[in-house]
Amino acid sequence: MATLSREEAQALIQEVLEVYPDKAKKDRAKHLAVNDPSIDQSKKCITSNRKSQPGVMTIRGCAYAGSRGVVWGPVKDMIHISHGPVGCGQYSRGGRRNYYVGLTGVNSFGTMNFTSDFQERDIVFGGDKKLDKLISEIETLFPLSKGISVQSECPIGLIGDDIEAVSKKKGKELNKPVVPVRCEGFRGVSQSLGHHIANDAIRDWVLHRRDTDNSFEQTPYDVCITGDYNIGGDIWPSRLLLEEIGLRVVAQMPGDGTVSEMELIPKVKLNLVHCYRSVNYLARHLEEKYGIPWMEYNFFGPTKIAESLRKIAARFDETIQANAERVIEQYRAQYEAVIAKYRPRLEGRKVMLYVGGLRPRHVIGAYEDLGMEVVGTGYEFAHNDDYDRTIKEMGDATLLYDDITGYELEEFVKRVRPDLIGSGIKEKYIFQKMGIPFRQMHSWDYSGPYHGYDGFSIFARDMDMTVNNPCWSMMQAPWLKSAADDSSAMAASA
Amino acid sequence: MPSVMIRRNDDGGLLFYVAKKDMEETIAAVEHDSAEQWGGEVELTDGSRWYIDPISPPPAFPTTLRFKRVEG
Ligand code: SF4
Repeated sequence: MATLSREEAQALIQEVLEVYPDKAKKDRAKHLAVNDPSIDQSKKCITSNRKSQPGVMTIRGCAYAGSRGVVWGPVKDMIHISHGPVGCGQYSRGGRRNYYVGLTGVNSFGTMNFTSDFQERDIVFGGDKKLDKLISEIETLFPLSKGISVQSECPIGLIGDDIEAVSKKKGKELNKPVVPVRCEGFRGVSQSLGHHIANDAIRDWVLHRRDTDNSFEQTPYDVCITGDYNIGGDIWPSRLLLEEIGLRVVAQMPGDGTVSEMELIPKVKLNLVHCYRSVNYLARHLEEKYGIPWMEYNFFGPTKIAESLRKIAARFDETIQANAERVIEQYRAQYEAVIAKYRPRLEGRKVMLYVGGLRPRHVIGAYEDLGMEVVGTGYEFAHNDDYDRTIKEMGDATLLYDDITGYELEEFVKRVRPDLIGSGIKEKYIFQKMGIPFRQMHSWDYSGPYHGYDGFSIFARDMDMTVNNPCWSMMQAPWLKSAADDSSAMAASA
Repeated sequence: MPSVMIRRNDDGGLLFYVAKKDMEETIAAVEHDSAEQWGGEVELTDGSRWYIDPISPPPAFPTTLRFKRVEG
């Protein structure tokens, strides 16, 4: 693989843009950039959070996906109704691997799928009655559910149903939170607005429920984890680390989370934000209304973990700070062994990422711990503030791409020829067929957890088994091989 | 007249966050920033200028306030 100079990277972008008609070219040019870590405001070099171009292949989701799939979905003791026709819920089910503990169908509902299954008559005559009936049915069948959320699909906004009124009425009747979420898919340009709408719904319908109830015993070390989705169990090693340094994790949200934990969030002393993009709205509200400060942290890879643990501990007293040092020391042998084992096998390998949320910047440190270099990164649905944070993490003259199209990503990869690509399932097979090792980094390719020191061992192993998999040397069909290839292959396998 | 949340960053500087637009900028200068009052014309690091009638006594941050955009 060749490292591109700044000029070459610029030229590559120009070349890739060449195929577009003028208008599309002008628009897409704003979303592709060569990184310059000395810039502090990303809007000087890259545009984000804009409508995708018609006709190109984008991998964004809709607002409903952002709310139902991302923010609300993992809250395990609630039932989330995909309100509208059956497809939105059915086709999006079970993709995110938000692990949880509990008895599915009894007190937890994470992997279950509920829909109001709209028919023509519901569109014509309105679906409020159906929703009312559906909620009563849920209560009969699953009495241990702790709440219900109504996740609007596109038609709900179009036909003007009053889901707020139904939710209020049913909430009173059942004495549980019934939360209407106006996350119709057509709102906004990507799933990002869905995160925002979902945050606002939590603010308006959940957070204040225990404002007047002081029965919960507080300690000075109470914190909450927000914006960790427990993909493959991520939140568990994160929580462990925080508890080891002497903090009490009162609530985790949304991964493996519950309504009662969410109701306790206003009682914590510090709000720890993992995915800034999807929960910053909530953090801002908590700070304004309840005076709870928030900070971002990063639990990928030992360098960032140590940095984050120290930063978190600095918000507390000396005992916690001493604990943090002790914990970092305690895990040293473990992570050094991981690095000693895998770094020689991965050193110098180049990685390109294209994911969403926090990963395009948060995993960079973990790759660097293994001696790998991220040469291109981009987000599906980021805003400027995400790129502000990314620019500093990336090396000079690396590629930044926002809402990249299928075509652009393929062209970039063909030229850069990275040793590993981390992106979604839709990209996976294209790049594997091109002979490039690939990890599906939305749900850790059915692996994980990747957070914390324990997660780092798994991360390192996964990257090694992908990059150094023997299959990559067998990409050519045997009958197409020349005699020379044959003998070298024989030598290699001997 | 957008609603703007003003809050402090880690270095004690003030941030200007417009929720509707999901835009966050650092405040470069505030016309009145004293023990008696806070407000007037506010300039952001991106060069844009906003106005709010001075508030007295100064509000505790974070707080949400309504600003007017200063043209020109
Ligand atoms: S855009 Fe609308 S119809 Fe499509 S998945 Fe999203 S909510 Fe459903």
